[in-house]
Amino acid sequence: MSYLEYNAKYVPTGPRKILYLNWPLALLLAAVAGVGILMLYSVAGGSFTPWAEPQMKRFAVGFVLMVMVAMVPAWFWRNMASVAYLGTLLLLLGVEFFGSIGMGAQRWIDLGFIRLQPSELMKVTLVLVLAAYYDWLPAARKSRPLWVILPVILILIPTALVLRQPDLGTSILLMAAGGGLMFLAGVHWAYFAAVIAAGVGLITAVLQSRGTTWQLLQDYQFRRIDTFLDPSSDPLGAGYHITQSKIALGSGGWTGRGFMQGTQSRLNFLPEKHTDFIFTTLAEEFGFIGAFSLLTLYALIILFCVVSALANKDRFSSLLTLGIALNFFLFFAVNMSMVMGLAPVVGVPLPLVSYGGSAMLVLMLAFGLAQSAHVHRPR
Amino acid sequence: MKRPRIDAEANHRLITRRAAILGGVQLAFVGALGARMQFLQVDQADQFRLLAEENRINIRIIPPARGEVFDRNGVALARNVPSYRIVVVREDAGDVADVLNRLGKVIDLDPEEVERAMAEMKRSAPFLPITVADEVAWEDLSRVSVNAPALPGVTPEVGLSRVYPFGSDYAHVLGYVGPVSDYDLERLDDPDQLLRIPRFQIGKVGVEAKVEDTLRGKAGARRVEVNAAGRVMRELDRREGTPGSDLQLTIDSKLQSYVQARLNGESASTVVMDATTGDLLAISSAPTYDPNLFVRGISSRDYSALTENKYRPLASKTVQGIYPPGSTFKMITAMAALEEGLIGPDDTVYCPGHLEVSGRRFHCWKRAGHGWVNLQNSLKQSCDVYYYDLAVKVGIEKISAMANRFGLGIRHDVPMSAVAQGLTPTKAWKTRTHGQDWRVGDTVNASIGQGYMLASPLQLAVMASRLASGNEVKPRLIKSVDGIEQPVLGGGSLGLNENNLRKMRRAMFDVVNDRRGTGYGSRIIEDGMRMAGKTGTSQVRNITAAERARGVTRNEDLPWERRDHALFVNYAPYDNPKYAVAVVVEHGGGGSRAAAPIARDVTLQALYGGDPPLEAYPTKDRDRIRKQQSDLRAIQPLANINGKDQA
Repeated sequence: MSYLEYNAKYVPTGPRKILYLNWPLALLLAAVAGVGILMLYSVAGGSFTPWAEPQMKRFAVGFVLMVMVAMVPAWFWRNMASVAYLGTLLLLLGVEFFGSIGMGAQRWIDLGFIRLQPSELMKVTLVLVLAAYYDWLPAARKSRPLWVILPVILILIPTALVLRQPDLGTSILLMAAGGGLMFLAGVHWAYFAAVIAAGVGLITAVLQSRGTTWQLLQDYQFRRIDTFLDPSSDPLGAGYHITQSKIALGSGGWTGRGFMQGTQSRLNFLPEKHTDFIFTTLAEEFGFIGAFSLLTLYALIILFCVVSALANKDRFSSLLTLGIALNFFLFFAVNMSMVMGLAPVVGVPLPLVSYGGSAMLVLMLAFGLAQSAHVHRPR
Repeated sequence: MKRPRIDAEANHRLITRRAAILGGVQLAFVGALGARMQFLQVDQADQFRLLAEENRINIRIIPPARGEVFDRNGVALARNVPSYRIVVVREDAGDVADVLNRLGKVIDLDPEEVERAMAEMKRSAPFLPITVADEVAWEDLSRVSVNAPALPGVTPEVGLSRVYPFGSDYAHVLGYVGPVSDYDLERLDDPDQLLRIPRFQIGKVGVEAKVEDTLRGKAGARRVEVNAAGRVMRELDRREGTPGSDLQLTIDSKLQSYVQARLNGESASTVVMDATTGDLLAISSAPTYDPNLFVRGISSRDYSALTENKYRPLASKTVQGIYPPGSTFKMITAMAALEEGLIGPDDTVYCPGHLEVSGRRFHCWKRAGHGWVNLQNSLKQSCDVYYYDLAVKVGIEKISAMANRFGLGIRHDVPMSAVAQGLTPTKAWKTRTHGQDWRVGDTVNASIGQGYMLASPLQLAVMASRLASGNEVKPRLIKSVDGIEQPVLGGGSLGLNENNLRKMRRAMFDVVNDRRGTGYGSRIIEDGMRMAGKTGTSQVRNITAAERARGVTRNEDLPWERRDHALFVNYAPYDNPKYAVAVVVEHGGGGSRAAAPIARDVTLQALYGGDPPLEAYPTKDRDRIRKQQSDLRAIQPLANINGKDQA
């Protein structure tokens, strides 16, 4: 689709574009980020350092980034999609060779001013490239095997690289997001049925491989699966995170123990309380009401994205927006499932709330793309 | 490139449909998350709140001060003294090695201890205090305090440690405390939480162990908030414990120390009882050991020296040692016959030096025999044949029953370790344990306290008390608990014929005070202080006919462990009995020579409440006694309050 299709009369131009941003969505994002900053202030024992203040700055930078990205027409991003994808792939390869070791996994690449996590960036560029691909692909061909294999390859290359880091959580998210986008684009459901069947087979194979010479996962990944299945088997060891997390959540009750009154987080019983497990602090201090409110905020963000996407007649734009929404959903759904003991601990942060620069900037970049699609939608 | 509008719209519908499906899935998942939240935070909130509190709150036990032990006059026998130790907290110290180096310049540090502390510090949390020096002297402590600014993270801590000021004098009575062991924990059904404190001190033997529950007290507790690493964040509340009860023993520490000193060099034991109340005034076993060594943790070398010593210093011989009572038992045989009316006090028996009983010849200790003897003469000269004759007439059952009435064969309720029951044999007993019928010869042996008959010194003292008073005197060791006087047990009449008792006492008086009595050499000449008693010499070996034919080997010529036990029981004053004494000198030879002199010294010491005047002794003994008194004064330890530098 080219810009010729747009009715130029109605497309906003210049600084006026800011007025056409999806402001409810932007405000929702700010609200969630605000919750995050509040919680980081709390887990630091009532202090802006070391987490709340950098997080505020990052959100400010991220917000500006979002607006800037939104100002650029969506078709520019569509045209840039393959370049962005290749660039991110190169960065992932760079991690493979130059990345520094952090948290037992090779995930960072130090660019001097920021420690970039290319795997985070890949979540966005993968959605971008797939949306562009299905925009380009004539609708009649999208379920033909050749044209199905191509996007599958686009998904699997970064997934494999991320899995090598090793980062199981992100690679699962990449696959889920990519697969979700293919589903949204309208690929025949039989493929998905086949993939699900294969997936079940793979999981069986992985579990069977344990202890053999062809072991498919690292030992620590197996242990995480073990403790997920039975956290009480090792309450002080590997199951500690899940057990303590559930205690913190549960002890919050209806209304919580009060701001900065959570004993589990204040007394350090919670692991990674400023990153992956920050939701437990929120749930402990603000209870069911607080936790459910955050869940509602997240659901609203998804809802606003979906509404924006479906109102957008441009196929690229709606696929992109839906893909970003799906990505965001996967993010918080996996994190919350993890801290509530519904999923194994895979190391996925809570979007916009957990402390972390890369994730915050990448998320805001993604929402910038969604905003761009919203601003430049055909009218 | 322009796409047909129809195609675009169809595609848009497809995307919308797929988005609706995916959105539905997402919504369902959000619903599931919400439901899970509700389950954890609303349904199970109480349970998790409890778990969070358990995480957060730690109960720390405050050990109570152990009860102290005093003698009947309030002299401290077991005390708690502050003991100082120096601890280092790693996180406060910074460079631990440097700080310890500096500390080593201020006070003497044991390099081994320092090495152990360094290793421990590496293992434990940085905020936990680690002991680098224990049992620190006050001067060293002050030196550390003065240099505190140069010693970051170093703090003195005070605890209580058990000290026995009289050291070895009370080893067998009080026993000692030591850190609770796994064995101790296994033994108890419902162990006090205090016992879970590492190295908590509990009584191991003696009064310390037997009265443990009273002495220990009740634990206090403080509730503290801790973080995940176990660091105490703040104290929430505190409940002080109840200190253990103080005990007052019936022991007179002055007498006890004297007796212990008097027994020095022997393998012997002595019991001094109040003849009317049963209060144990002294109860000493020699050789002894220093219980303070056990409190601090005895070295294996010291310990094996104690266990390998053939004089058995660890044994509490007064209650645990059981011996054939020998001739001291003759009063029982006689009382049994008298009470049965089988013989009168003045009836006589002819002693030709031996007695034939069912074809076996039983010898009197005097080969020539004593001729015609009545009760008084037979006891005085310790004629055996007289008692053989009585025993055959009265039978073992009556004799054992009488022995039981006098407290033999009874496990007396005294809070000391391994209190022995002794043995008063009966026909049924022999059949049960030996599978043999009782023979009359066994009765003959039992009549003079040999054969199966066994008694402890405590039982012999009880016997002497009961002979003196005619009442059922029972031993008492605990005088009061926290100032509350404990009841005197027993005291009711034994229901014996007063005339028979009087005759018996008179005979015992003659044993010591008649020129021909076996205990004459150990008489007291001070009127009003005179004692009545009985010697005993119990064989620990069989004398063969061949040996008897060529003459019985003298004790001095035998190896120590084959010599006779020397025994003596007495009470004094004769006409107004106050104290009953039993002395057993293991393998000491004759009772008159080895045991009676000890009994006299001890009796006089008790009667005078200190060193008696030499006038109480026969003239020829006075020079020797004077020297003995000054020697004993020199070795009696003075109470050593801080428990250090024990000689």
